Amino acid sequence: MSFVAHLINGISLGSVYALIALGYTMVYGIAKMLNFAHGDVIMIGGYVVFVTVSGMGLNPLAAIIISMAACTILGVVIERVAYRPLRGASPLAVLITAIGVSYLLQNVALLVFGSDTKAFTNVVPFPNLELFDGQLVIKSVTIVTVIVNVIIMVGLTLFVKKTKIGRAMTAVSEDKGAAQLMGINVNGTIAITFAIGSSLAAIAGVLLCSAYPALTPYTGSMPGIKAFVAAVFGGIGSIPGAFIGGILLGVIENLSKAYISSQLSDAIVFSILIIVLLVKPTGLLGKKVQEKV
Amino acid sequence: MKKKMLSLVLAGAMTAALLTGCGSTGADSTSTADGTTNEAAAEDAGADNADAATDNADASDAATDAAEDTGAAAGANGTFKIGGIGPLTGGAAVYGIAAMNGSQIAVDEINAAGGINGMTVELNFQDDELDSEKSVNAYNTLKDWGVQVIDGCVTSACSIAVAAKTAEDNIFQLTPSGSAVECVTNPNSFRVCFSDPNQGAASAQYIGEHNLATKIAVIYDSSDVYSSGIYEKFVSEAANQSFEIVTAGAFTADNKTDFSVQLQQAKDAGADLVFLPIYYNEAALILKQASDMGFDVQFFGCDGLDGILGVDNFDASLAEGVMLLTPFAADATDDLTVKFVTTYNEKFGETPNQFAADGYDAIYTIKAAAEKAGITADMSNEEICTALSAAMTEIQVDGLTGLGITWDASGEPTKEPKAVVIKDGVYTAM
Amino acid sequence: MKKLRINKTTKNDMITYAMVILAYIVVQVLVSTGHVSSLIQGLLVPFCTYVIVAIALNLTVGILGELSLGHAGFMCVGAFSSAVFSLACKDAMPGGLRFFLAILIGAAAAALVGFLVGIPVLRLRGDYLAIVTLAFGEIIKNIINALYLGVDSNGVHFSMKDALSLNMEEDGLMLIKGAQGVTGTPNDSNFTIGVVLILITLIIVLNFIHSRTGRAVMSIRDNRIAAESIGINVTKYKLIAFTLSASLAGVAGVLYAHNLSTLNALPKNFGYNMSILILVFVVLGGIGNMRGSIIAAVLLTLLPEVLRGLSDYRMLIYAIVLIAMMIFNWSPNAIFFRKRLKQRITAGKQPKKEEA
Repeated sequence: MSFVAHLINGISLGSVYALIALGYTMVYGIAKMLNFAHGDVIMIGGYVVFVTVSGMGLNPLAAIIISMAACTILGVVIERVAYRPLRGASPLAVLITAIGVSYLLQNVALLVFGSDTKAFTNVVPFPNLELFDGQLVIKSVTIVTVIVNVIIMVGLTLFVKKTKIGRAMTAVSEDKGAAQLMGINVNGTIAITFAIGSSLAAIAGVLLCSAYPALTPYTGSMPGIKAFVAAVFGGIGSIPGAFIGGILLGVIENLSKAYISSQLSDAIVFSILIIVLLVKPTGLLGKKVQEKV
Repeated sequence: MKKKMLSLVLAGAMTAALLTGCGSTGADSTSTADGTTNEAAAEDAGADNADAATDNADASDAATDAAEDTGAAAGANGTFKIGGIGPLTGGAAVYGIAAMNGSQIAVDEINAAGGINGMTVELNFQDDELDSEKSVNAYNTLKDWGVQVIDGCVTSACSIAVAAKTAEDNIFQLTPSGSAVECVTNPNSFRVCFSDPNQGAASAQYIGEHNLATKIAVIYDSSDVYSSGIYEKFVSEAANQSFEIVTAGAFTADNKTDFSVQLQQAKDAGADLVFLPIYYNEAALILKQASDMGFDVQFFGCDGLDGILGVDNFDASLAEGVMLLTPFAADATDDLTVKFVTTYNEKFGETPNQFAADGYDAIYTIKAAAEKAGITADMSNEEICTALSAAMTEIQVDGLTGLGITWDASGEPTKEPKAVVIKDGVYTAM
Repeated sequence: MKKLRINKTTKNDMITYAMVILAYIVVQVLVSTGHVSSLIQGLLVPFCTYVIVAIALNLTVGILGELSLGHAGFMCVGAFSSAVFSLACKDAMPGGLRFFLAILIGAAAAALVGFLVGIPVLRLRGDYLAIVTLAFGEIIKNIINALYLGVDSNGVHFSMKDALSLNMEEDGLMLIKGAQGVTGTPNDSNFTIGVVLILITLIIVLNFIHSRTGRAVMSIRDNRIAAESIGINVTKYKLIAFTLSASLAGVAGVLYAHNLSTLNALPKNFGYNMSILILVFVVLGGIGNMRGSIIAAVLLTLLPEVLRGLSDYRMLIYAIVLIAMMIFNWSPNAIFFRKRLKQRITAGKQPKKEEA
């Protein structure tokens, strides 16, 4: 029984990683950049909901919509101010700038909201699911997170495959120059990608904070890194890969905490990541890129 | 190549511009300084940095002088410069900022009441980002400022790093909350809080004496000096007590959001008490997750748990029945605590935690020792250090974190921990 | 007149050496005349530490052409191995010899780990390689945080659980206490040794670049397939460069460990944050440009310290300056703008010359 409990708790943790990883993979897949500030956009999303629900007493659903709007604007502004000027520069320069943005968001949050922990109100209004006389509890947040994950995954896949903007995104990710020649607005398309990625971050922020209700300016950074690992694990750029990678990462982390060592769980998780990458160098569902000579 | 050099030069120019900016803000923060003590402070700073000033420091000195001249009437007998060090940014900022705010309240009160031996107290609190290297940088910044006594560091590892430097420079150091044993090994360093082993042993004895439980689970932060220090002593003391430790679940700083595994293990092992020698931020999550999984158990913590009721928006019903061994409780009804909590709330809009109380007591302890030793502004740091270290063992301080606190030459305080239980959303003495 | 012909790269290298030596002399003169604040004096050794590790990473990023996000891990290995050695032999040998051996031990330990990490890692490419080095860095930090090591009359005790399971005798000496790390490391680092180490690092790296091996490594960076097709053993050369880079990072770690009396593997000093900070030095100073790395490492270590006067806004301004510098340095538009500006300046000078 305790194994099943550990497994379910792992899925619960993994579903949050998966949700964050979806945003990561979306931006990486199209813009080909590691947006290290993604975790911090999640944190901002969390704070917006905290302020609107606990401070202004708004309905949680309205708060989530406001938070999504705020994060979308934030994402687009970040892209416009910090990343667009560097389009065409070394990917390393963009990576470092993303880290600068991450520091910036953390410190703005520190100044605006203070360093003390805020206890987040669970926005999922359903009771937890109890099985076998309370022996096994599945948190309602977990169920909602998994469902949201599936909806987003299907939605994103359809969007990328079926809509005109989505196909433009695929084109941009394949070859920016050629896409431009075909009359695609490359900058616009990448901005839309950031808008989508950031609104996903807002949703992830809300569900992350509902599952683990402690909100600080640094809430987003560690889950952000873990989610990035999850995205790589599943094959970065692949939408279903992010979901599978996230869930697997959560499950492995929890099982290794339970059965091997709770201190070394990170080392174990990262070791498994390395082994997977050595066997499948582009992650579980990653596309193998043919090298041109 | 040339382009890059050019840009680096420009970057350098930017830095230089910022340096000038820094000079003027630095002056603002020291504007209560008395002009007459400027020379004394420079002498105090010790031989190696008496004239210490880079070009930019010169600029800042000049600015400070100007500011000092205008504010010269502040203290009749000069100024007493206390330097604080703690994490003001980064994940541990909550502790450093609390200690800084607590210290500031004490400084304001003391200055309003005429200062220490007629000297105006100045507090300059520097950020160490929870990094020992940065804490030494912060300490050196304070030395340049002419610090006379160090109130820091807030965290153990940084305290140890700075302690090596204060011993070298003969500057008196009082850490408000550095609880590791090594923080106070030097004769010039003292602390306000309990040491980690002290708390671990006290907790085990309390649980044993009051027969609170027979099977105990421990959840602790193995990457934190404070938490693992208490845990080790708790386990070794447990051997002398009637209970047994059934599981010990560790977590690390990188892994402190999900505690389901540790709680599940405690539940499976049939623990009837969970010991949490951790800080309240993580404890708040643990309580929430325990309630989510229907694990109803007695929780017991140390002083790090104090502050849990002050977490914004925290559901206090989760903490119902939690016991903690702490020297300070923000809900205590004695005059000193009520006054402190009210002032803190007014000034900073938060309920003070244990660190704020430690910071407050640290300043009053320095005051008591300085008055006992008859410190004056013209004494050198070495004289101050010797006099204060001697005076520390003779004073008795009634602070927020204990009545009649005394120190011995080892630097450890003697005070009584209070056991409190959270009942109806408030701390109640047991 | 016989013109001394110095090849352009040699001249360039000489400027770099000269810059370091000149900086050293200037600082020493200022220190002895009492014109350096305590803050700067305290920062001198950290400057050397970060300069060395920046050069080490630049070897991987600029010369080998692979992105490593795990160099703080190698620094960590060098720091801990040497700190344990120095603590254990604190009274056994004189300070100078002990520190010399500590440097060798730190470099060797980091080289060994770098070699072991390099074997699997260098098979990967691009972002995947970066994430795996990040993973290794975190693994190293995580293991060291759970490591307990002590020595007593019964010999060496070792545990991965907690200090109690070491079963030490009363007289035992704890070397590594898990998260509490190593306490009481002798304070052996100083600025002179730091500068000597920088110069040694520079000599090793610059000579490596111009050596046969170095050229082979650069050919792999520029075109792996072409290099392979002319018979260059890609794995071997990559591994050589990577191991060298790791071992130099280890030396930086030794310097770091012997500058403070306490050593902990925190996310802040040996986590991915530090790896990224080192990468910032390299990228800002110019990829493959050793002199740039030196300057950038010094400037960016100094920046947060001189911003202390801004108190609450310190790290905020730091972040903004970082973003601004990146855009200014790397944005194609900014580069174009700078080029035009330079053209205008030279164009402005041209007529003057004609007049004269």
